[in-house]
Amino acid sequence: MRDTFITELVRQAEMDDRIFLITPDIGFSVLEKFRDRFPDRFLNVGIAEQNAVGVAAGLALSGKIVYVYSIVPFVTMRCFEQVRVDLAYMNTNVRMVGVGAGFSYGPAGATHHSIEDIAIMRCLPNMTVCCPGDPVEVEAIISQSVNHSGPMYIRLGKNREPKIHSQEAVLTIGKAVEVVEGQDVCIFTTSNMLELGHKWTKELALRGVSSSLISMHTMKPFDTQAVLDVINLGMPIVTLEEHNVIGGLASAVSEVIAESGKGVKFKKIGIPDVFSHVVGDHEFVRNKIILNGDKIQELIDWL
Amino acid sequence: MITNNIRKSILHMVHYSKSSHVGTCLSIVDILYVLYFEKLNIDPLQPLMSHRDKFILSKGHGGAALYATLAERGFFPKEHLDQYYVNNGMLPGHLDMEAVPGIEASAGSLGHGLSIGVGMAVANRQSGNPGEVFVLLGDGECNEGSVWEAVMLAATLQLKNLTVIIDYNKLQSFGWTNEVIDQSNMAERWRSFGWETYEIDGHNLAEIRDVLSIEQTKPKAVIAHSIKGKGVSFMENKLEWHYKSPNGDELKIAYDELGDFL
Repeated sequence: MRDTFITELVRQAEMDDRIFLITPDIGFSVLEKFRDRFPDRFLNVGIAEQNAVGVAAGLALSGKIVYVYSIVPFVTMRCFEQVRVDLAYMNTNVRMVGVGAGFSYGPAGATHHSIEDIAIMRCLPNMTVCCPGDPVEVEAIISQSVNHSGPMYIRLGKNREPKIHSQEAVLTIGKAVEVVEGQDVCIFTTSNMLELGHKWTKELALRGVSSSLISMHTMKPFDTQAVLDVINLGMPIVTLEEHNVIGGLASAVSEVIAESGKGVKFKKIGIPDVFSHVVGDHEFVRNKIILNGDKIQELIDWL
Repeated sequence: MITNNIRKSILHMVHYSKSSHVGTCLSIVDILYVLYFEKLNIDPLQPLMSHRDKFILSKGHGGAALYATLAERGFFPKEHLDQYYVNNGMLPGHLDMEAVPGIEASAGSLGHGLSIGVGMAVANRQSGNPGEVFVLLGDGECNEGSVWEAVMLAATLQLKNLTVIIDYNKLQSFGWTNEVIDQSNMAERWRSFGWETYEIDGHNLAEIRDVLSIEQTKPKAVIAHSIKGKGVSFMENKLEWHYKSPNGDELKIAYDELGDFL
């Protein structure tokens, strides 16, 4: 997703000279493509995230479209008050781009894990929150972000994630996408769990369960109609996310269910409100914290 | 004098709304006057004209002073000043750029304004826009780490279209500035970070005028020695006037000291 992001941003910047990129000293071997091509629209402001966001706001108030790139916790929480006041309150055209969704930086430790970002960014008025699940979604979101009005948070995974959608898929910010159609259960995923959700639909099919898969690449504005459509079919709903189960996809989907006036079976799979003290690569930490046991069997038994 | 008109508007606003921060407002009036009536390339009839100079009041709790100055300069009717800090009013206690024309950035949480000013200065330089950017910081505000992040970057980028004025009134919300965080070497600090630095009397209009007209090759920092509550004898250098609003009798005394309205 990282490489797709920068490739698409360079492509957009070639067509639109309002685009700026700011980094608080992150992005070695990623951002050079942009820096070398547009040196007067690139700023490394040093290890100073608060200033990065404020400078971005000043540029945006001057008519620029500004992308600020860093690792998720630093681009969301380290400078949260600047994000709240300078971006959300002032409604400026700044895009906070966080790399390292969930446990992508697994062995780096919990300071680098991204487990609360969706919750805190989604409660900011004016903020659009995008959590693409594959490179096709990244490309569509970055491309549409250029002419999007107001601030955005874009949560990226790491690198070399496989394409789940076909390259021609039509994706729109704010509109959920049904990736697989099924009848017995509906799995909602967001961000970097799309790949696993896709794998699960295949495994469930092998075990005789027909599941549908919906990608919530935009967490705000949240496509409530997509959830209501599933509720109206009476299908059990599972949410799958690499984020705290508090405040993210599980919360957003359950809010829709709660207000629908209809009951539907609901199961949330995500980070169970803990910091990870587990050391290991992305998959290792994910398996220890979220996916312990035979989750597919657990799902089938639950159904 | 126009500065006295602005001071009276501020006193009226904080009395009428029973709100605080009169001291911090009065200490920046002379600086705001020189900026808005002599220095800034602005047009109240076209507040968003493209090559305008921009001013950011980073110490957003001094918002009443900026509202009063903008009204005096004709950005909006003076009657709107009655809408400050009251139920269903249009002017919140801290600056909201959507409230009235002429406010370049919202403010109220300290330590944000200089970063925004740096962004504006970078944008102007990159686009060949001749507009200059001015940011007013409180001395207490310089406790915020984010101020120094912006200070370092502005110097590195050699932003000669950026000027900071520090309202050095030596009192912050809960005590004398240098007792809370010792900044007695304020000018030395800015100079050592690579800024062209000047010290002036923040109430001497000629000194303010002169320092703002000096051509710069780097970002400029002006340490403006000022008096909290300036212009009203019983408010000057008094910590309690960070928070208090004048009652009717106090307002009358203050008005008398400031003389007749223009």
